[in-house]
Amino acid sequence: MEVSVAVSEAIKLANVDCIAAYPITPQTHIVEHLSELVADGHLDAEFIPVESEHSAMSVCIGTSAVGARTFTSSSAQGLALMHELLFIASAMRFPIVMAVVNRALSAPLNIWNDHGDIMASRDCGWIQIFVENGQQAFDQTFCAFRMAEDRRVLLPVAVNLDGFTLSHVVESLELVNQETVDKFLPPYQPLYTIHPDRPITMGAFAMPEVYMETRKAHEVALRNAKQVILEVWDEWAALTGRRYQPIEGYHMEGAEIALLAAGGVSEVAMEAVDQMREKGRRVGLLKLHLWRPFPLEELKQMISGVKTLVVIDRALSTGGPGGPVFSEIRSALYTYPKRPKVVGFIAGLGGRDVPPEQIIEMVDRTTTAQGKKRIKEFHMIGVRERG
Amino acid sequence: MEQYTWEEIPVGAVVTEPGNAREYKTGDWKSQRPVVDKSQCIKCAVCWIYCPEAAIHHNGDGYYFADLQYCKGCGICARECLTGCITMVEEEK
Repeated sequence: MEVSVAVSEAIKLANVDCIAAYPITPQTHIVEHLSELVADGHLDAEFIPVESEHSAMSVCIGTSAVGARTFTSSSAQGLALMHELLFIASAMRFPIVMAVVNRALSAPLNIWNDHGDIMASRDCGWIQIFVENGQQAFDQTFCAFRMAEDRRVLLPVAVNLDGFTLSHVVESLELVNQETVDKFLPPYQPLYTIHPDRPITMGAFAMPEVYMETRKAHEVALRNAKQVILEVWDEWAALTGRRYQPIEGYHMEGAEIALLAAGGVSEVAMEAVDQMREKGRRVGLLKLHLWRPFPLEELKQMISGVKTLVVIDRALSTGGPGGPVFSEIRSALYTYPKRPKVVGFIAGLGGRDVPPEQIIEMVDRTTTAQGKKRIKEFHMIGVRERG
Repeated sequence: MEQYTWEEIPVGAVVTEPGNAREYKTGDWKSQRPVVDKSQCIKCAVCWIYCPEAAIHHNGDGYYFADLQYCKGCGICARECLTGCITMVEEEK
């Protein structure tokens, strides 16, 4: 099954009430398939075609406010166009789920995969998950609703999947039946809804005297969501046998060098790690699944014994101190006495292929200079240059 | 007014009590206030109709007055008054 279709089928099984979306490559197959499911009567939901992503997220906020289970999906320019609404959806605590089919931001116009879109919306206050394959994209769609709608959370969730290299791939999947989903995901019971019999105000104005308190409440809610995320993943594991963790280790036993990556490139990194392990190199991999709330405690536990952490970013923080994942991790570990050396590589922008050889080159250039200059901080890798 | 701590902020900062904006006195924004010359007032209620803040009320004898706790001093009542009996007066500094 194509991964985009699998996400749509998961949305059908999740018995979503409302979908509002605007088509954009490479998200298109998800919403096209959903629109068919609704039109053909397989999914009893409102499919609201809108004139922009700004409207898509506005509609999602409205339908979530009346207690509807709501889904949308977008990519790149579309995500950027809904940017201001992302903050409103999360601060108003609406459990909307969005599949972000990651794609490079223009200009130049490029429809292929990197993480520039979600990284530009990093601070939008949503739970943010990265998946690396179709099974995870399918599974996390259910988990996302379950965590979002938990009364202890009530926050929107973005499930990030790589455009084309994942969204358009055909993969064998273990599906789940309706009965299992219904058991795992009971109907949404909103805490507050807009209803004429119980008037309330949503999205009110806040003076300087109260704005910071509202922001702190949101910050603590997102941080505390981690506990619920872990519970949801445990329950999913009990139900399906497929276990998810905020950071998943691969060959971390005795690893002196650890790669860290999010999304589909993790699977390429697994191949690279296999090749390096065969040659006796003590290299492991950390696959980052939970990006917000950031799993700092888990990271600290998993890097104990690691001497060098090599972070692969699929986004550029132009003019900044390195890629977003790298600079954030390096900064977060600053006060940690057992911190490893942290080195960053910005790779695979705008759909540029990141083969296993390039990942091995990252490790080489971190440890010993072999022909090329040794990297001390961060570097854009795979860029053609003169000489 | 007693202020919420962050722990007391309702989820999503919703306001659960309808109409509680009346507890928030917004009249101190104004730089001018309307003063009515009752000798010229014909009790036509034009000021009451036009006031965008619904801050104009009428008293028992049919005259109209502005509730200065909510009046923003916009001057619409003075502009619309048929007899010109409302004058906007500078608030004292």
